[in-house]
Amino acid sequence: MLAVQNLEVVYDDVVLALRGVSLEVPDGKIVALLGANGGGKSTLLRALSGLLDIHNGEIRKGVVTLDGASIGQLKASAFARRGIKHVLEGRRVFKELSAEENLRVGAHANRKNLAANLDRVYELFPVLKDRRDGQAGLLSGGEQQMLAIGRALMSDPRYLLLDEPSLGLAPKIVEQIRDIVVEINRQGTGILLVEQNATMALAIADHGYVVENGRVVMDRPAAELRNDADVREFYLGLGAEGDAAKSFRSVKHYRRRKRWAS
Amino acid sequence: MTEFLGAVSGGVGLGAVYTLLALGFVIIYKSMQVISFAQPAFMFAGALLVTYLTPQIGFFLGVVVAAIGIAAVGLVVERLAIRPMVGKPVFVIAIITIGIDVIVRTIGGAFVGRDPRQIGDPWGNQTFDLAGVTIYQRHVAAVVVTTLLVLALLAFFRWTPIGLAMRASALDQEAAMAQGVSVGSVFAISWALAGALATVAGVFAATNTGGSMDRNLWLVALAALPVIILGGLDSLGGAVLGGLIIGVLQQLVAVYHRDWFPFLDTNLREITPYLVMLVVLLVRPHGLFGTKEVERV
Ligand SMILES: Nc1ncnc2c1ncn2[C@@H]1O[C@H](COP(=O)(O)OP(=O)(O)OP(=O)(O)O)[C@@H](O)[C@H]1O
Ligand SMILES: [Mg+2]
Repeated sequence: MLAVQNLEVVYDDVVLALRGVSLEVPDGKIVALLGANGGGKSTLLRALSGLLDIHNGEIRKGVVTLDGASIGQLKASAFARRGIKHVLEGRRVFKELSAEENLRVGAHANRKNLAANLDRVYELFPVLKDRRDGQAGLLSGGEQQMLAIGRALMSDPRYLLLDEPSLGLAPKIVEQIRDIVVEINRQGTGILLVEQNATMALAIADHGYVVENGRVVMDRPAAELRNDADVREFYLGLGAEGDAAKSFRSVKHYRRRKRWAS
Repeated sequence: MTEFLGAVSGGVGLGAVYTLLALGFVIIYKSMQVISFAQPAFMFAGALLVTYLTPQIGFFLGVVVAAIGIAAVGLVVERLAIRPMVGKPVFVIAIITIGIDVIVRTIGGAFVGRDPRQIGDPWGNQTFDLAGVTIYQRHVAAVVVTTLLVLALLAFFRWTPIGLAMRASALDQEAAMAQGVSVGSVFAISWALAGALATVAGVFAATNTGGSMDRNLWLVALAALPVIILGGLDSLGGAVLGGLIIGVLQQLVAVYHRDWFPFLDTNLREITPYLVMLVVLLVRPHGLFGTKEVERV
């Protein structure tokens, strides 16, 4: 199990981004992590993947553990080798490399099953197979997200940390990404899913957390969160009457005005 | 015409030296966004090492061993002096590389002595005749070796996992780290490659002057800066083409300066690269193949 306990993270020695967060990602489960902008979701993923350093971030208190052993002090490459792969916010494909080269870089931490993993990724994302030799930067937003996820899968990760994979994508593509996440999980990978699109995330998650201002304000089974009145109002865009604000944009807009804790 | 072609062939031989140096600059720049001003010292130290190795183990093996040796020096320097500075402003790191340059050249200078040292190459001043044009063997050797090294580099960046990782890291460092790429190894390998390439450049810089080197050999390396401005700081292809263009241009000026600039006493040869650099900075700041964002360091 991948976990953090009482984690405090500071950027630039001054910005306190996480204030005592505890969270668990059990093997083979999907865990959703929700919360308003600036709440600390990406920071938590960075702590779980060794990427705080490059942002001049630092763990001040608490621990990151993998199967009980503290791993918070390791380098990013060591996290990847231990089977924890972070799909960064904003896709971040290597734009000037071909799609297939992107995937081959994804195998860097574990090249053992490169050929088999390539087949597996092309099976999950047939569109990438068609465009394997094209420059990744020329792919559509949805295809780039698929490439970013596929790239992470190339090293057979035990845990996948997804940072807002549906951001800026059309509803059809979001559905596709959702199904892929479910399929990846079914094949045995534990998933920590950070989402703006709470409807999507809670629909497939086993458990959910809500963070606000660097603190966990909710920690419940996803089914409970789906039915919680506050969550429905603030994160699912559902009013008391239960009328759904279907558009992702309006959900986002709504949430920007109202903050969880206020 | 034969004079012109002779100048061009000499220019290509000189350009090969610039290309090898420029490739080192570009590889380091791509991996850490820093211009390493230690390249002249690596070139100097590499050539110097060859002058000591040739009498013991022969010229060719000497070049190989020296290249590996200077690559190792590059690794050590990067680990001890550069890596701890990562995260500091790039001009701080650039200044540190200048310090390394001075230190390495000073230490090396003690081993040069008063007289020039012989590099021990087999080509000397021998020439052959190609359709009436007199061509120096050493220029052919420089071009052949440089071509082979460029092809080897291309293969390295295209086919090996670490080469691919280095390209990925140059494009998006954090995303590469998320794939498990160790940025430290990327830095280290780029310094080692630059050191090895500079060694070979130093050898041909010495053969180009007839096979000997003195304390001032490193000055040749300064002309590689105009080359990377011309080719683009972050372009390997630009380093190759820029090296050739500047080398050939410089040699043409050297041969024709009396015809072209009869009013000037001094040969413009030495300043040609810098004049080209000025023009490039004015009309195309990112160079021939450079990325637009990296026009200013
Ligand atoms: N590299 C950084 N340097 C300094 N402060 C940062 C950095 N990254 C994030 N922060 C700060 O840390 C806090 C948490 O940011 P974080 O990006 O983790 O939030 P988030 O929940 O991912 O937000 P979003 O939904 O906008 O992606 C914010 O106050 C943010 O300003
Ligand atoms: Mg974020």
